[in-house]
Amino acid sequence: MLNIAKIKNGIVIDHIKAEQGIRIFNWLGLGKVPYTVAFVVNASSQRMGKKDIIKIDNVISIDFAVLGLIDPNITVNIIENERITEKISLKLPERVENVLICRNPRCVTSTEKYAPHIFHLVDRERGVYRCEYCDERRSAEDFR
Amino acid sequence: MKQPRHVIEPGDLTVQEMEELFTLQERIEGEPNYLRTACEGKILATLFFEPSTRTRLSFEAAMLRLGGSCLGFAEPGSSSVAKGESLADTVRTVACYADLIVMRNPKEGAAKLASQYADIPVINAGDGGHHHPTQTLTDLATIRRLRGTLSGLTVGFCGDLKFGRTVHSLAQGLARYPGNRMVFVSPPELRIPEYIVQDILVPQGIEYRETDKLEKVMGDLDVLYMTRVQKERFFNEEDYIRLKDSYILDQNKMTLGKKDLIVLHPLPRVNEIAMEVDADPRAVYFKQARYGMFVRMALIAQLLGVR
Repeated sequence: MLNIAKIKNGIVIDHIKAEQGIRIFNWLGLGKVPYTVAFVVNASSQRMGKKDIIKIDNVISIDFAVLGLIDPNITVNIIENERITEKISLKLPERVENVLICRNPRCVTSTEKYAPHIFHLVDRERGVYRCEYCDERRSAEDFR
Repeated sequence: MKQPRHVIEPGDLTVQEMEELFTLQERIEGEPNYLRTACEGKILATLFFEPSTRTRLSFEAAMLRLGGSCLGFAEPGSSSVAKGESLADTVRTVACYADLIVMRNPKEGAAKLASQYADIPVINAGDGGHHHPTQTLTDLATIRRLRGTLSGLTVGFCGDLKFGRTVHSLAQGLARYPGNRMVFVSPPELRIPEYIVQDILVPQGIEYRETDKLEKVMGDLDVLYMTRVQKERFFNEEDYIRLKDSYILDQNKMTLGKKDLIVLHPLPRVNEIAMEVDADPRAVYFKQARYGMFVRMALIAQLLGVR
């Protein structure tokens, strides 16, 4: 069993689907930060079999909407003085901006480049989003 | 600042608001002097980034009949868009000059984007193959005016049901009223999209059926909505030639229809309705164009708050 020291003040991103951790690690740019980060892959999990975990020994700001889009089953623990002070369960966000990109060549966002790519959740079960402008459907899977 | 009211898609208006518009439209039709000067001093800007004859003229006629004025362009080549101006800047500039914008643009969602930059009302007059809410209002107004109701009707849609945005919008519009049944008549290649069936008809329990023979269902219909089978949709010209003739509405087929059937068409027609049908009192597509102007008058008056 691998032991990783407790973090003092920071964030633990837990229950990441195995093999998805690297996407989150890269998205948060954790490879270049000056503070301690532990990235665990294929940790055993009763619920999931295998999971990835990221422990960040620093208080950073994370867009939970994007994190929820990458994997809505993630849990985020906020750590203060080595104690969990808050547990955040993620879910698919109702609205995302400039996260999913509309691929419809007939959509106004394809020519008006300043227009934000806004998507609204229309089917939580299947993770389906709708473009605010052209109604094109995209799946949260497209982002993963 | 009070946010302006925009009409971008049919769902932007509640059923009650549509009913108010239809009531106002019928009053305007019945009393030619009613609201005759209501828009005096008001300016309608028609921004047409792709050609359109009847929609633009219908809006301009509507505004002129309300006593207002019109300005705008009928193709992007004659505007700053040709110089590379963004849609946002065009709209913000025009909003300095006008009280209401009517816009057609080939890009889907263009009117929605424009409305986010305009501090005056924006009406979508067609955004690519996406929405055309005032055509839907026109179609509903015509049915209501001539059938006296928008409920409990058997409505047939014939022709290009796959790509025809007017069909999709009208089906959605009729689905908001109780007791309507829909019959979709098309070649297999141009069937009504699955999302209309799965997202609208099935959840709302709308009775519907599909067929490829107009003659089979003609006698069941209260309303027949004809559309053009568009040649450019076919990969194989032989298929087009084989299919297009199946859906020419002629007097022979009209004899199969009920006495109180009404036949609508969003126009322009090419050859899908034989000209001999025009003399049949059940052919109402030119009346439909007229009601379209009245319902646009009602919409302009409502959005400008001048009634």
